[in-house]
Amino acid sequence: MTDISAVDRHPQPGPLAAIHLVSEAGVGDYLALMKPRVMSLVVFTALVGLVVAPAHIHPVIGFTALLCIAVGAGAAGALNMWFDADIDALMARTSRRPIPSGRVAPGEALAFGMTLATGSVVVLGLLVSWLAAALLAFTIFFYIVVYTMWLKRVTPQNIVIGGAAGAFPPVIGWAAATGSIGIEPILLFLLVFFWTPPHFWALSLNRTQDYARARIPMLPVVAGAAETRRQILLYSLSLLPVGAAPWLLGYADAIYGATALMAGGVMVVLAWRLWVEGSGQRAARLAKRLFGFSILYLFVLFAVILIEGVLAGLLGHAAA
Amino acid sequence: MADEPERIVLTEEQKRKRRARSIAIALALGALVILFYIVTLVKGPGVLNQP
Repeated sequence: MTDISAVDRHPQPGPLAAIHLVSEAGVGDYLALMKPRVMSLVVFTALVGLVVAPAHIHPVIGFTALLCIAVGAGAAGALNMWFDADIDALMARTSRRPIPSGRVAPGEALAFGMTLATGSVVVLGLLVSWLAAALLAFTIFFYIVVYTMWLKRVTPQNIVIGGAAGAFPPVIGWAAATGSIGIEPILLFLLVFFWTPPHFWALSLNRTQDYARARIPMLPVVAGAAETRRQILLYSLSLLPVGAAPWLLGYADAIYGATALMAGGVMVVLAWRLWVEGSGQRAARLAKRLFGFSILYLFVLFAVILIEGVLAGLLGHAAA
Repeated sequence: MADEPERIVLTEEQKRKRRARSIAIALALGALVILFYIVTLVKGPGVLNQP
């Protein structure tokens, strides 16, 4: 299945080969290295894990935990951009990132990422919880070594397995509050884990040429668009019960259950329409719509869990 | 007399960006100091105690 072998690192001289005697990076370039949009999703899901945990955590300690998780996610983003600079330069979507555009030297990004990774893990361990710190360290390791350095360039299952890295933040948030891991954060982990493939494959359907040029074995490049649409539908169908699981197992209220079933149903309908549509402009628009809705799907489900958790906390406080 | 060694002369843009980076690092370090101070006040003597 894997037709595309790992590509050479920095295969040809170009801007990346330039010797950076003087840094020309601005503060904004370093912020861009941290992938702020990914960071916002990480912080939000970690916040949900932190708030729904059955333990009181002082707001300052909770803020510290979220800050460390955000910085750890930013570190992972910077290290990802450092390692992937060669293929980022070949893709339209990523060619303007700080390293391929020559604004940040690869060594600077590596040092920046390693400093943030070490700092976030140590501070989280010292001030909040060593279990949460260990999970954060494992998440950064998994994203960089397992996903970025290994899976991304060798298998179309890259984002399926690598998606685990993005699913850990609610577990880290829970561990920061309780010092342990329960069933609830594992359900949140599974929700993000099963959400990732249809989300990324919907995006990659419209970026096939980009990925092929960079020789990244994304599913549409290796197995074709039809198989990718079929896999999107299968994962969307799997996501429906996984999304509703917190309600089915009694960890969330009926409002969450109804929201999960409705939003999951829309995901399935969009995936079904994409599958039957085939190729063409209309299919491209459907893929874009599914990608956009998948972001809304995750946000809404986690928002409902967050609101239920906050309300339960307030009511418990009032009753006490 | 020996020739003057070659030096790198920063452009105005490079100087501006270096100054911005230095300020950002200073602000980040200052924020960390304030964070550690507040966490110490919140947790008291057992600042390194775990939940």
